[in-house]
Amino acid sequence: MANDMKILITGGQVVDPGRWSGVADVLIEEGKIGAVEPNLRQKLQEGNALKIIDAKGLLVCPGFVDLHVHFREPGFEHKETIATGSAAAVAGGFTSVCCMPNTQPVNDSRSVTEFILAQASAAGKARVFPIGAITKGSQGEELAEIGELFDAGCVAVSDDGSPVMNSLVMRRAMEYATAFHLPVVDHCEDSQLAPGGCMHEGAVSTELGIPGIPKAVEEVMVARNIALAELTGARLHLPHVSTVGSVRMAREAKARGVPVTAEACPHHFSLTDEAVRSFDANAKMNPPLRTDEDVQAIKEGLQDNTIDIVATDHAPHAVQEKQLEFDAAPFGIIGLETAFPLTLNLVEEGILTLEQAIAKLTREPARVFDLSYGTLAPGAAADVTLIDPTATWVVDPTRLHSLSRNTPFAGWTMKGKIVKTFVGGVVVYDREETL
Amino acid sequence: MSFKRKDLLGVASLSPEEIALILEAAEPFKEVSGREIKKVPALRGKTVVNLFFEPSTRTRTSFELAAKRLSADVVNFSPSSSSVVKGETLFDTARNIEFMQADILVLRHSSAGTAEILARNSRLSVINAGDGWHEHPTQALADLLTIQEKKGQVRDLQVAIVGDVAHSRVARSSIHALRKMGANVRVVGPPTMMPLFLHRLGVEVCHDFDKAIAGVDVVIMLRLQLERQGRSLFPSIREYARLYGLTSKRMQQAAMDVLVMHPGPVNRGVEISHEVVDSGSAVILDQVSNGVAVRMGLMYLLSQRN
Repeated sequence: MANDMKILITGGQVVDPGRWSGVADVLIEEGKIGAVEPNLRQKLQEGNALKIIDAKGLLVCPGFVDLHVHFREPGFEHKETIATGSAAAVAGGFTSVCCMPNTQPVNDSRSVTEFILAQASAAGKARVFPIGAITKGSQGEELAEIGELFDAGCVAVSDDGSPVMNSLVMRRAMEYATAFHLPVVDHCEDSQLAPGGCMHEGAVSTELGIPGIPKAVEEVMVARNIALAELTGARLHLPHVSTVGSVRMAREAKARGVPVTAEACPHHFSLTDEAVRSFDANAKMNPPLRTDEDVQAIKEGLQDNTIDIVATDHAPHAVQEKQLEFDAAPFGIIGLETAFPLTLNLVEEGILTLEQAIAKLTREPARVFDLSYGTLAPGAAADVTLIDPTATWVVDPTRLHSLSRNTPFAGWTMKGKIVKTFVGGVVVYDREETL
Repeated sequence: MSFKRKDLLGVASLSPEEIALILEAAEPFKEVSGREIKKVPALRGKTVVNLFFEPSTRTRTSFELAAKRLSADVVNFSPSSSSVVKGETLFDTARNIEFMQADILVLRHSSAGTAEILARNSRLSVINAGDGWHEHPTQALADLLTIQEKKGQVRDLQVAIVGDVAHSRVARSSIHALRKMGANVRVVGPPTMMPLFLHRLGVEVCHDFDKAIAGVDVVIMLRLQLERQGRSLFPSIREYARLYGLTSKRMQQAAMDVLVMHPGPVNRGVEISHEVVDSGSAVILDQVSNGVAVRMGLMYLLSQRN
């Protein structure tokens, strides 16, 4: 489909948070949103230059924005590549994704950032925004060249997976990042507090005899990071919040005006540590699945906007890597292709309105990282996701687009199916074609 | 009632009837081990593989003797490292053993859940001989048999389990076994060795051994892993022995006919004083004999399945 063709998406339920909610037609011209209005079709002549897409009964949303994925390239291409990861993204309705720097080599330099951008461009699916490392090699010692990373296209900095343990290093990173107005994302984990831990420390870990990770592992670092954000004025983003205490601290910090944003992952509001009882390594991630009260707190946090966004922490690992003893298997699960229906469950439960749920996948993440996407405003890039909100499907890991299969949701019946995904007005995913 | 299971993975999932059945099955084999010719043909032609990823002399020997006294062919396989280091996954190792047409796999592994994962993915009968801190069911069943023999019954006995419960698979299996058979259990040790929510397993948690030992019928002393000293679980062996060691003086607070048990090997003078180990109250060696009998009974039941 050439970019100069006009596309009219007609009769869909348009949800563009803060701008439009209701039946409307969406006009795409030259890869950008032309207009969102009811009955646009009557004003335009169908012809060679206008392609009509009937979206009756479908949701029409801005393409989703995921601030937290791991695409494993360079270095771990057997788990995922930028091409397969982007394919999984658009199949899940995501048109913009931010990839964490824990590759091999770590993305702590312009050359790695440029490589990622080149691979993403060659893949031609989702927009990929690299996140640069906070410290060289993510070793937690010396600052990476954050200015150059910013210049090369990084949208935030993080040593994700390797928490910055040294508080002075974190202070300097936050101070330095303010020069570029870059968000700092710290994987909040006191890495000395739970050696060998591989699941939530609580009643289930006690019964199973699996080394535990107490909530305090996360909470002591959330507390530290909030204190440092307050000291430095840096934009702190708290990824994958998993505990009652973290939600409480984020809420309190926001109330005081500390520049903090927070994200929750679908698995942390859909599952508890009970999922580990079968010793399935696909229920192993970091932070771990916690308890009912934590799930409840995360839902409340999403509801009152303490938690700004939903992000996947899409973390692919090869089958043979997960098919190990529970403690030997790596942390992480894939999430791009199950995130939307799991978020839609919150709407069914009455936790969020549909518009709020879509906002946490579009406008809000775009705001947190200053991305000019996640909107159907006229003139914005035509990144659009079409969804059948009532269609159900069963998760079959072998049919997902990710190179990896590590999901704890295998066999689950999901409600809400991505039908078509556009990036810059081009169809990059079409369910019809994948059948 | 017959034993319907393919595997024995833990005590947590057993019913009291199944536990009683295993103990009953063990009983006749005690006599076999006392004979001049200690052998019966129950498992003749069957192959038992002892796959031990962790060093163990006692448990492996006990399983080996049990299988041999049942006339099974026994192979001991002790890979020096876990699958991660070796490059071959545990499942591939197990598949290989399965396709050598083995019948029973006895597995010892440092990771919790390994026996269960392996049993799910294999046609072999899997016996858990200890998985991480999770379970060590045959040890707990042997201890239960010992208590039942010495006390006549388990129901309503006061049992104390003393030591590093957090890192003990024996403690977990014993708590399940004793609770299911109606005993009252209190666990005793420093708070650093008591995992969170332990009370949910139906036990009373105590930190003062002098108080906790009052009137108990059975004391199960756990082995102290000396290498944990200084890693913040306890400050010194000296202090541990002073607070949680079983001495003749402490014994005076227990019931007159108290049984002293220990899964072995004993650190003499640490968990238990010399005098107590060698006293009439200690039934540590009965536990060892009963270990062989319980393992014979269990393998017999599993082999009857088909």
